[in-house]
Amino acid sequence: MTDNAVRSETLLWLAQRISAMVLAFCIAVHLATMVVAMQGGLSTAEIAGRVGGDPVWLVFYGVFLAAVSVHAPIGLRTVLLETTSLPPNRIGLLTMLFGLFVVVLGLRTLYGLFQLGPMS
Amino acid sequence: MTRQHQNHTTYWAFIVHRVSGVLLAAFVPLHLYVLSLAVSDGALLDGLLQWSTTPVVKVMETGLVVMLAAHLTGGLRLLGLEFLAWVSWQKTAFALSVGISLAIGLVFLLNAG
Repeated sequence: MTDNAVRSETLLWLAQRISAMVLAFCIAVHLATMVVAMQGGLSTAEIAGRVGGDPVWLVFYGVFLAAVSVHAPIGLRTVLLETTSLPPNRIGLLTMLFGLFVVVLGLRTLYGLFQLGPMS
Repeated sequence: MTRQHQNHTTYWAFIVHRVSGVLLAAFVPLHLYVLSLAVSDGALLDGLLQWSTTPVVKVMETGLVVMLAAHLTGGLRLLGLEFLAWVSWQKTAFALSVGISLAIGLVFLLNAG
């Protein structure tokens, strides 16, 4: 393994762990929110009323999305590297595209939900 | 054929973490797409949310919540393993991870019902 490859693997390992720490907090909040939100029943109006127009939720879900977009592609990359014979460069490209797809879809959804809110 | 390492508790912790991670990664785009319906097609989202109150979907949702909780608690176990001093109670940490995940699933199911 070249020095650059070692450096790159180390950075990916670090990014995976830092994003995991952020996700630990976000998922705990997400699980608690789900349990609370489910009590009154879910609907489009309920979701819009809860998160729409609220900058705190926007920032929270923005951070959540960023952490998922880093964590999931690196995890998938590791799994694919260990379980398939695909070339590592192709696996890197595929998982990076997956991460970008999640970011674009997520930002579009987040922005749309924020715009729906009563406070905006 | 069973290899020796497959009998070890932490091997199953590894399998749970890996399988839940792959399934959750696959679920994220679907989840974001369904949420985006709140903006593009609220009636369709309401229909899906109504469908999600059926017992079969509730059980599937609970499985998803347990998987998310298992990935969270299994991940915390891994972070502890890598960043903290070595502990000899690895099996207990896995048991705690399973217990907490199932408890969160039960709380979700009871609230959702």
